[in-house]
Amino acid sequence: MTLLRIKDLSLQIAGKPILKDVSFDIGAGEIVAVTGESGSGKSMTALAVMRLEPDRSSVSGSILFDEVEILTQTEAQMCGVRGQAVGMVFQEPMTALNPVKTIGDQVAETILVHGAASKAEAMARARDLLNRVGLPEDRFPLSRYPHELSGGQRQRVVIAMAIALRPRLLIADEPTTALDVTTQAQILDLLKDLVREYGMGLLIITHDLAVVAELADRIVVMRYGEVVETGATAALLANMQHPYTRMLFAASGHQVTLPERQDAPPLLEVRNAVRDYRLPRTRLFQPPETFRAVNDVSFALHKGERLGLVGESGCGKSTLTRAILGLEEVQSGQILLDGEPVFAGHKPNLSVRRKMQVVFQDPFGSFNPRHRVDRLITEPFHLQDSPPTGSERSDRIAEMLVAVGLSPDDAGKYIHQFSGGQRQRIAIARALIIRPELILFDEAVSALDVSVRAQILDLLAELCETYNLTYLFISHDLSVVRTVTDRVLVMKSGEIVEQGDTEAVFGAPSHPYTRSLIEAAPVLPDLETFSRSI
Amino acid sequence: MLRYTLKRFLSLLISLAIASLVIFAVVEVAPGDPASFMLGINAQPDTIAALRSELGLDVSRPERYLNWVGGLLQGDFGTSYTYRTPVSDMIADRLWVSLPLALYALTLSTLIALPAGIYAAARRGRAGDVVTMGATQLGVAVPNFWFAMILVLIFAINLRWFAAGGFVGWDQGLIAGLHSLTLPAIALALPQASILARVMRSSLLDILGEDFMRTARAKGLTRRQALWRHGVRNALIPVLTIIGLQFSFLLAGSIIIEQVFYLPGLGRLVFQAISSRDLIVVESVVMLLVFAVIVVNFAVDLAYALVDPRLRVRS
Amino acid sequence: MKRNLILGLVLSSLVVLAAGLSFVWTPFDHAALNIPDKLQRPNAEHWFGTDHFGRDLFSMIMVGARTSIAVAFVAVGIGMAAGVPLGLAAAAHKGSWLDELIMRGNDLVFAFPSLVIAILITAVFGAGAINAIIAIGIFNIPVFARITRGGALSLWEREFILAARVAGKGAARISAEHILPNIANLLIVQGTIQFSLGILAEAGLSYVGLGAQPPTPSWGRMLADAQTMVSFAPHLALIPGSAIIVTVLGLNLMGDGLRDWLDPRLRVTR
Repeated sequence: MTLLRIKDLSLQIAGKPILKDVSFDIGAGEIVAVTGESGSGKSMTALAVMRLEPDRSSVSGSILFDEVEILTQTEAQMCGVRGQAVGMVFQEPMTALNPVKTIGDQVAETILVHGAASKAEAMARARDLLNRVGLPEDRFPLSRYPHELSGGQRQRVVIAMAIALRPRLLIADEPTTALDVTTQAQILDLLKDLVREYGMGLLIITHDLAVVAELADRIVVMRYGEVVETGATAALLANMQHPYTRMLFAASGHQVTLPERQDAPPLLEVRNAVRDYRLPRTRLFQPPETFRAVNDVSFALHKGERLGLVGESGCGKSTLTRAILGLEEVQSGQILLDGEPVFAGHKPNLSVRRKMQVVFQDPFGSFNPRHRVDRLITEPFHLQDSPPTGSERSDRIAEMLVAVGLSPDDAGKYIHQFSGGQRQRIAIARALIIRPELILFDEAVSALDVSVRAQILDLLAELCETYNLTYLFISHDLSVVRTVTDRVLVMKSGEIVEQGDTEAVFGAPSHPYTRSLIEAAPVLPDLETFSRSI
Repeated sequence: MLRYTLKRFLSLLISLAIASLVIFAVVEVAPGDPASFMLGINAQPDTIAALRSELGLDVSRPERYLNWVGGLLQGDFGTSYTYRTPVSDMIADRLWVSLPLALYALTLSTLIALPAGIYAAARRGRAGDVVTMGATQLGVAVPNFWFAMILVLIFAINLRWFAAGGFVGWDQGLIAGLHSLTLPAIALALPQASILARVMRSSLLDILGEDFMRTARAKGLTRRQALWRHGVRNALIPVLTIIGLQFSFLLAGSIIIEQVFYLPGLGRLVFQAISSRDLIVVESVVMLLVFAVIVVNFAVDLAYALVDPRLRVRS
Repeated sequence: MKRNLILGLVLSSLVVLAAGLSFVWTPFDHAALNIPDKLQRPNAEHWFGTDHFGRDLFSMIMVGARTSIAVAFVAVGIGMAAGVPLGLAAAAHKGSWLDELIMRGNDLVFAFPSLVIAILITAVFGAGAINAIIAIGIFNIPVFARITRGGALSLWEREFILAARVAGKGAARISAEHILPNIANLLIVQGTIQFSLGILAEAGLSYVGLGAQPPTPSWGRMLADAQTMVSFAPHLALIPGSAIIVTVLGLNLMGDGLRDWLDPRLRVTR
């Protein structure tokens, strides 16, 4: 039976078309995944079903929920539908809860606002719901506030709120994008269980094709506000019709080939590094407690080697990155580059710093918006004693821009004139311009759409060929690390729990944590096996 | 919560100590000797010396500071150079005009501003918002003492609803007392209310854009329910800061407004003291004003913790 | 919302023009007494009427604008010159003793409303326009320090600042090169707001005799003089009051307009 039928749904915001003739169905108990890259309109489709689209938008077409036309419902009628018949889970659990109300109140509110129970009953049901989503009473009393919970726990609260009245349809908008892989696996399992248990329809919005393939009964692929392809998961994967769908899947599993690595002496040596942070004082007259972010970490990175560093959020990989860059000093242990310490006498050692550069995650925050590209990418020249000037300088700028696939004319532009992927190319140009011995890639492709990510990975492989790069690639994304590194370090709670050749570690992990990471990560299905099995 | 309170209290004490030092130091550098000033140019040196010791001026500076602060702690503000009466008595009388006036104005300002700000935010971009914001834009630009003069012109001189000035005294009853403070309080409150309403509006608009407001709507709350149950309390957090700051403006502003209405408050006292160079009175009144501001800001800090559970650290 | 900006600019430049013009031309000598013509209502000869000494109110308003603008301008200058470097330093060394010291110092200054500072200074050194400037200026310092620190702190979290640090640049250089230009908008807007508050504060101080002293003309003192005559010559109060309102309103509208205009979030990029 069809629960939700979207037909020719179009949406404009202030006259700008966002959705064009979107059509698909969801049956009761069915999981439908809407996927696509940023700007595809997948989230807006979900908001339109809730009639929570932004002000100044105009909607046309038809959304039939349970044979009732949603688009002609009054706002008052919609308030009766939201939370009661349709529940919704959002992407950002850290901000989705009201910080000044207890989790019990917030879950009970769904029940109370629909007049479904008395205050006391609602609180009792909130308790049951929190137990059901994996937040047991002894550790998570109703009186907890959101800031006392982790991201995954908060997402469970949001789910409890959404399913409190057993809605017939649950909409989940990128519910696990902000979470670590192990948490992601748990949340997806929870959602799947709830769908089966309650017989709900689930509309899940996600950009992650591996999640789509594992979870969905049917897939809807969107691009630029239009549905390009839709079908049952197995059939669609086996026989992709639209070139965009094929490109999307190919880019998601994109592999690159790195040049052979040669044996060379160690370039970066980290010996027993320890970094403590002071926690806020809990007692007035006692010394503040400390949190050990990096605990006795040792490893070496050889010249010409591509080393990966993986771990979940809070494992200490960012702290370690900052310590290597000489942005923060370690309390004990040593970090040496080419035999020289990165910190000399409590001051960053400039002669070491000029041998290192970094590429950050956020393509939008990595550049001063007021400077032109030539000034942006030449900033590392500040480290050199006699930086190039005049035509030599402009030649270097042109060379770098060409090397990363841009044009020398781009030097005069401002950063807002570039897309996310182009900005990441500029960031690489900035890192390369002083020919550093070592480059750190700190989640450098994590914020990019899959198609752009594939291009940047290709660029990286190319640059390895031409410039013989040595890099440390820090990421939470195992599939990316697997393809662009020779060796990998696995970090957990400030310690390196496993290290070894990338293929060996991923193929036969020895530490239980590595194993749980690899198991939790959703995997893209092997498309060829799919085609054969059908 | 206790730890937070203690920490705030400690910083309150430090602020008070430093503020008293600064005030003392400024008054100390004042040219001229109060004793010779009081006795005139024909005074005998031994008379001056006697007066100096009577006023406690014949000891070293650190000692004088400690004596002053020690006195303050016991409610002894010293002796007026001109009137030879205890400053604390002079202040006590006046304080019963200035403090109620500031609090009256603060209450009015808050009662007007918060609903106005919430109303404007809820009707963002529509006529109600534009009119409210236009009015506050004007309100912010009006000098309160000028507004007071206009109020006197309309409500006292022309309509005769209120007296043009003076204070009947609290012994005439609470209603009569409040009645004679009403025009001054309105004059003080409206410009501050305009500022507060603008802060309330923009704070609430920021909150309305937060993710958790969308979550609330997805649960089935109407716009209005979401605004009141989830928006307002969060929006109050920055508003509290401004209310705290406004108290100091209102207290200082009351000094000016007292001039318009001929109210026997701290303002009158301090201006008389300035013209007669009665520095001990000036010093004490200033210390009192600063004390009031610091204490109110301490109270605001505590109020934060009540509104925002993130500040209540569990121990 | 460009309307706000334009209206604000028009009103403020009107006042600035009047102040500038008063150096070379006023309809009458603003200080010339002319008792026979006293207390005239606004008319063709005296556009804003005359006061109890027969002085031309229009000329006095023009010259008074000079005082208001000068006091408020210098006070904003003091606030920026001291507050911005303090705020930048505090943000660059967030959490250190320096940051703590600057912020505590700020809190302390906030406990001294400018009127209180003016009272102290006047009590000790006597009255004058300089007092008003110092008092308002001191109160502006923590305002600018706070807003600078707030703006700078959010920038220090950004990755382009990390990139500059990786390029070996020190805190002072990063503050000058990357932070300051990116908070300039914020400071300009706050500067306009403090300017208008300065005009109001100067008027208040002059009204109670803590600001500009005779013969320097000032809007606040004109109002003080008008107070006893308000029942039979209301224009003496209405006109200087309107001058203050027009100036402050103009500056505030300009500040609001500038904020909207300069805010990149409200502009379409790409």
